[in-house]
Amino acid sequence: MSAKTTILTLPEEELVHPGHRACAGCGLSILYRFGLKALGRDTILVVPPSCLTVLQGLYPIAATQLPCLNVTFASTAAAATGIIAALKVRGKEDITVAAWAGDGGTSDIGIQALSGACERGDNFIFICYDNEAYMNTGVQRSGTTPQGVITTTTPIHGKPQQKKDMPAIMAAHTISYVATGSAAYPLDVYDKIKKAKTIEGPKYIHLHTPCPPGWGFDTRYTVKVGRLAVETGLFDLYEIEHGVFRLTGASKKLLGKERKPVAAYFETQTRFRALTRARISAIQRQVDEKWAGYEA
Amino acid sequence: MHIIESGNVAAAYGVKLARAQVIAAYPITPQTPLTEKLSEFVEAGEMQAEYIPVESEHSALAVCIAASSAGARTFTATSANGLLYMNEQVHWAAGARLPIVMCVVNRGIGAPWTIWNDHQDSISQRDAGWIQVYACDHQQIIDMVIQAFLLAETVSIPVMVCYDGYLLSHTYMPFDVPEAAAVDRFLPPFKPVYALDPRQPANLNTVTLPDIRPDIRGDLAPGYMEIRHNLHVDLRQAIEIVAEIDERFKDTFGRGGCPHVEPYCCDDADVIAVCLGSLSYQLRDVVDMLRQEGFKAGVCGIRLYRPFPDEAVRDTLAKAKGIVVFEKALSYGNEGALYGDIKSALYRCDCRPFVRNYILGLGGRDIRTADLLAAFRASCTATGYETDVPEWIGLKL
Repeated sequence: MSAKTTILTLPEEELVHPGHRACAGCGLSILYRFGLKALGRDTILVVPPSCLTVLQGLYPIAATQLPCLNVTFASTAAAATGIIAALKVRGKEDITVAAWAGDGGTSDIGIQALSGACERGDNFIFICYDNEAYMNTGVQRSGTTPQGVITTTTPIHGKPQQKKDMPAIMAAHTISYVATGSAAYPLDVYDKIKKAKTIEGPKYIHLHTPCPPGWGFDTRYTVKVGRLAVETGLFDLYEIEHGVFRLTGASKKLLGKERKPVAAYFETQTRFRALTRARISAIQRQVDEKWAGYEA
Repeated sequence: MHIIESGNVAAAYGVKLARAQVIAAYPITPQTPLTEKLSEFVEAGEMQAEYIPVESEHSALAVCIAASSAGARTFTATSANGLLYMNEQVHWAAGARLPIVMCVVNRGIGAPWTIWNDHQDSISQRDAGWIQVYACDHQQIIDMVIQAFLLAETVSIPVMVCYDGYLLSHTYMPFDVPEAAAVDRFLPPFKPVYALDPRQPANLNTVTLPDIRPDIRGDLAPGYMEIRHNLHVDLRQAIEIVAEIDERFKDTFGRGGCPHVEPYCCDDADVIAVCLGSLSYQLRDVVDMLRQEGFKAGVCGIRLYRPFPDEAVRDTLAKAKGIVVFEKALSYGNEGALYGDIKSALYRCDCRPFVRNYILGLGGRDIRTADLLAAFRASCTATGYETDVPEWIGLKL
């Protein structure tokens, strides 16, 4: 395995122009900047409606230096397939095709096209930035919103259902590479995208993406909140390479150590205000059980 | 070379001769044999194309939209609910100005489920910004598919080639398959206006504001409304380009001459039937019978439905006393869609003929020549608008 990228060895070239339209403290803006460095210039992006559409700018000004095809909400992965097919018939197969969608565009409205493309084995990277609700339309619940979270469509009691485990769904497609990452650990994300570029077939990378206005925390705490999700064992960094699961980076370092209590994470964000003590204890038990499995 | 094959196979030969590079389709009756034939061509190595077996019609057009944006000649085909499932993509393809060609093998729309022919599927997409042409027989299907690629790529607007499910898709008729070399001369390789390219990055179809806006150099770029206005203007100009392409096709292959409308016995006709698709050839028999009875009847098939060739329609219909629009589709709660278009085209005439509307054949209800004859004869003896609502033929209430 190649050496881990550090802030000293990260390429200096920026592929995102300054002055993009993301909110202050946006986790996606960190991921997008590091992600594009990893994807490199020989990449074509596919983006459905999402915060990323806005981040990339309004016509005729663009914040991205990569060619990008904006597509309809449900069609992201199918559009990636189309670009791959066109590049193949035009003899330009050395170009990376990367789809980059939010949690709605991935796990909800986009899941059919994504499942189809993965079943066909098309050679692309699908990156899901998961900010755990429909943020671009104003914080409505999504399939990946955690249980108990207050959103504008679960405004009083919080979301009753569990978070959809999207990486597990993708792993069930038996694709070659599934990985998770977090905006709080962008170098880890950089290395995982670099690795994905070297693997044939569909690759899926799921990125935990703190969102100050949607989650209810101050814009200066994006990295702190993202780290707490990992340090409490709620969101885990891992890879599933050719079917083999392994914890990576900050999550791997938690093995055999005491994790921070999940309550420490919940306290940092107003979206968890409806969680009762009993509910928090239940979530802590779930996390402990999950980690007991990792430790075994 | 003349062969005897189904309408779906005629379409497949057209796509093959046009050298489509990326084909994506989801099977739906009665389009299925077309999809199967194309996958066979590709798998057997007879076509140098990527065939993408997508998981839905929405994705079929998504693949074509993206592949076309990346510079490939693309084709898809569908019917009925498949077309409706890709509805937002249909609009998107036109807005993005992509020269995709799609066959719509016309079928009625559920609910309730029907697999049989009418025109409600493609008519429901008439305002999407595509060019729509309707074929009357197998020869027209293959010829129109080949021409559709040249047309689409000339005007950067997608083209829908519509033909009747079962009546054409599954019946066998002789037709000429043009020589590949001649088609290659007629239809050169696709040269996209822009193809996605890391060396020339562009952010395509992004959010566009209500008003015009300067780019980073200060040059004004169009707003949404300008972009949409240009689509409309280019569609209207496509009427003339359809005629030019038809003429070139006739020079090369010896077939054509009716790019917009296909009149039969219309020159001296008192009453002219108007319709879409294969029904116009069935109505020719009815016209012959009426002529024997002494009625000056004619029929005008609409080949190009969008953009609507109102000038050609006026030229053909304006001298008649009456027009009878036979339609396999309906703008529910109002009247037949074509009926409205015909009335609108004739409104500018000094001496407007009366126009009647018959709805028939929905969901594959048999269209009996005797019924057509009775309705047409009644219209020949009519003197004006005897009813404001469409009349129904073959209805069994």
